Amino acid sequence: MSSADLTSERDLPPEREASTKGDIAPERDGPRDTGMDDVSLHRWLARTWRTPPGIIGALSSVDHKVIARRYLITAFLFLCLGGLNAVAMRIQLSGPQRGLIGPDLYNQLFTMHGVTMMFLFAVPIVQATGIYLVPLMVGTRNIAFPRLNAFGYWVYLSGGLFAWVSFALAMAPDVGWFAYVPLSGPEFGPGKRADVWAQMITYTEVSSLAVAVATIVTVLKQRAPGMSLDKIPLYVWALLVTSFVVVFAMPAVMITSTFLILDRLVGTHIFNPAEGGDVLLFQHLFWFFGHPEVYIIFLPATGMVSAIIPAFARRPAFGHLGLVLSLIAVGFLSFGLWVHHMFATGLPKLGASFFTASSMLIAIPNGVQIFCWLATLWDGRPVIRTPLLFVFGFFFTFVIGGLTGVMLASVPLDLQVHDTYFVVAHFHYVLIGGSVFPLLGAAYLWFPKITGRMMSERLGRWHFWLAMIGFNAAFFPMHIVGLWGMPRRVYTYPAELGWGNINLFISAGAVLFFLSFVLFAFNLVHGALRGTPAGDNPWDAGTLEWATSSPPPSYNFARIPVVTNVEPLWAERGALPVASGLRVDARELIISTVAEAHPDIREKSATPSIWPLLAAIAVGATFLYSIFTPWAIVWGAAPIAVTLVGWFWPKGDPEDEE
Amino acid sequence: MNQRPALDLSGLPTFGHGPRSPTWWGTLGFMALEGMGFALAAGAYLYLVTLWPNWRLSAPQPNHWPGTIVTLLLIASLVPNHILNTYAKRCAMRPVRIGMVVMSLLGLAPLVVRWFEFPALNIYWDTNAYGSMIWVLLGLHTTHLITDVGDTIVLTVLMFTHHGYSGRRFGDVGDNVFYWDFVVLTWIPIYLLIYWLPRLG
Ligand code: HEM
Ligand SMILES: [Cu+2]
Repeated sequence: MSSADLTSERDLPPEREASTKGDIAPERDGPRDTGMDDVSLHRWLARTWRTPPGIIGALSSVDHKVIARRYLITAFLFLCLGGLNAVAMRIQLSGPQRGLIGPDLYNQLFTMHGVTMMFLFAVPIVQATGIYLVPLMVGTRNIAFPRLNAFGYWVYLSGGLFAWVSFALAMAPDVGWFAYVPLSGPEFGPGKRADVWAQMITYTEVSSLAVAVATIVTVLKQRAPGMSLDKIPLYVWALLVTSFVVVFAMPAVMITSTFLILDRLVGTHIFNPAEGGDVLLFQHLFWFFGHPEVYIIFLPATGMVSAIIPAFARRPAFGHLGLVLSLIAVGFLSFGLWVHHMFATGLPKLGASFFTASSMLIAIPNGVQIFCWLATLWDGRPVIRTPLLFVFGFFFTFVIGGLTGVMLASVPLDLQVHDTYFVVAHFHYVLIGGSVFPLLGAAYLWFPKITGRMMSERLGRWHFWLAMIGFNAAFFPMHIVGLWGMPRRVYTYPAELGWGNINLFISAGAVLFFLSFVLFAFNLVHGALRGTPAGDNPWDAGTLEWATSSPPPSYNFARIPVVTNVEPLWAERGALPVASGLRVDARELIISTVAEAHPDIREKSATPSIWPLLAAIAVGATFLYSIFTPWAIVWGAAPIAVTLVGWFWPKGDPEDEE
Repeated sequence: MNQRPALDLSGLPTFGHGPRSPTWWGTLGFMALEGMGFALAAGAYLYLVTLWPNWRLSAPQPNHWPGTIVTLLLIASLVPNHILNTYAKRCAMRPVRIGMVVMSLLGLAPLVVRWFEFPALNIYWDTNAYGSMIWVLLGLHTTHLITDVGDTIVLTVLMFTHHGYSGRRFGDVGDNVFYWDFVVLTWIPIYLLIYWLPRLG
């Protein structure tokens, strides 16, 4: 498509209001970028889009890159905390009958490890990566609903602090990361521990949902002119599908945790079989979310792989359409599988077979993806750099995790190894292989964009091998102890069983794996301070985030690119076509049509505001208080309402008016 | 990277109604996730119904009249709601102001009747699981109703200030109309589940 097509009469939306019709004040027009020289353009845009100085300014930021950076750092710190939990557990299990950690602390440790990894690390970090990259990749200047996005971060942060402060007070949940009733119910879960679980879920899901909606609207409505559906980068597709899965899956866990807290706090009987409730209802609701959760973590990781492979194979992805369709198929199928987590509960036979079959069905789109990736590598001229190494690590690990998954999908085997270390091994292969390795590759790929400097390639290779060896040493033998019958969630085991040596080996592997993250952290810090300057496009990659400087300016693009290809920078090597005509004294960006991405509206993007933080404090305090009394909801309503009005009430900026 | 101007956007409008505007899509996203929450709560209720052959667990029938009145009020409110929408599209200030006041009142009216719905359920939330579930369903929709009415009132006030004279605000009115339709729509299945399903058994 030539760029002239984009403005032809045919493409204009049929009902097009002139802005002067009706009772609206005429647009107070400002200076436009048309024909403006680069220096003045940068000066104008920098002033318009900057995050205000000072502490209040920083807390008011709505720049997607600033928020994403905070998210990324916070999630990484939670990864370290969850990792320390794991190391503590492994030290306790490194020999039989060790007395380092008692059963009560051990229960808190594995629960905190599980919830931290799932709710405070894995989901937030993939969403945060999306918050940073999606607006850049679709060629816009900020995420949709930037204040909602900022609010999401603050709610997430308060949820994480809430959980970890509870842990410091020995009040952490101790009922496992999925907190099944009746163990977590009012009868067997005295104290506040299960309430902490329930409310930390509420915090983190509110924030995930907010980010998901913002991401969906950014992708559907803010794409650069010409980026029709078939030209959306695969990574962006992955985030779009993931966000839809979040929108339809996360409400299930919020309903679960709300029901639980109602049972505990005001005496409802939803999960109480003595009064007409049911305990399995909890499991159904939880896994309706819990299985898609795995794909919420995994789909963005496949998007990262689809970004890394073309960049280093030096050709566009093979089978672009096939990859997109598999992403969508995985998104849909992820909802059909939850019952395989409940085989041990004695479901009707036919139902169980159905879920076994659909669990295996999901292997088809995943297979298509792997085939397309291999074909891309096969046909390209691969340059082996750290990001690609981690992709190879992902292939290897994920295939093993997938194989044990197929084994677990058969009911008889599942009944044998249910709740043993075999399962622990399986899901770490899937979660770490399927998500953490691509994430580490992505970190090496995009770090130069975020900081403007390169990470060390040499340390990167050390990091990769240390991680691979440590990971497999820690988790492969878990399959074996699992088959020997070692149950998960036990704080110790007797010496006579002869599990001592292998557990010592596992623990050594776990420490090695942890050390690989220490090396990674060192490489991050070293790269940020000392790394060689990266330039705009150090990998000579083809997507739009590489068209702007590293790190990108607050306004992302001085002029919005016009897209003609899936890999725009490879298609337009001479000069990138760009759009003009936007105001420079107000935060303008382009709203385009959903399918074709025809430019449609000059939209104003929200200005910095402290209100999202205040709203998050009001909401957070209400959640916190609600574990003590249901009246918290009533008392909290007023401050929440006030902060929301403050948030939405126009302040007279040009951005508020038109 | 070198650039070449290829497209002039200076003539684009600064706002659009309905699906043209990002807020409309954001509203749709929130409807989807809230709708999902309702669907799951309803699903949980139906799950318990099929589990217990003597459902209602020998509780008395609910009195449907307050609920029925709420239903009628909500359905009736759709008419002015859509009239308001046509004026919002035309950015006509006077009728929009009137319409917003009317819709605020039509939002408060069902809330008042809702107050009488809870006792009319004829059971408490902590009596048994049947009581718990119908309180939960009614509570969810009430929260929904309260937040939307609050939102409508704030927007009404805003339309009476000078901030109202902007395309964006008229767009907000349109999205408010859209959301109210959703509030009404979600009530119908909940109404049937609470008041008529127990009458079947
Ligand atoms: C340093 C790396 C890690 C080590 C050494 C490790 C180790 C362990 C161990 C030993 C258990 C079983 C505890 C027990 O059942 O007694 C466990 C459970 C678990 N791990 Fe990890 N893990 C690591 C990283 C991760 C990551 C990155 C994730 C998620 C993305 C994760 C998610 C989980 C979950 C969900 C559980 C289940 C918790 C529960 O039983 O409630 N782990 N981990
Ligand atoms: Cu699953």
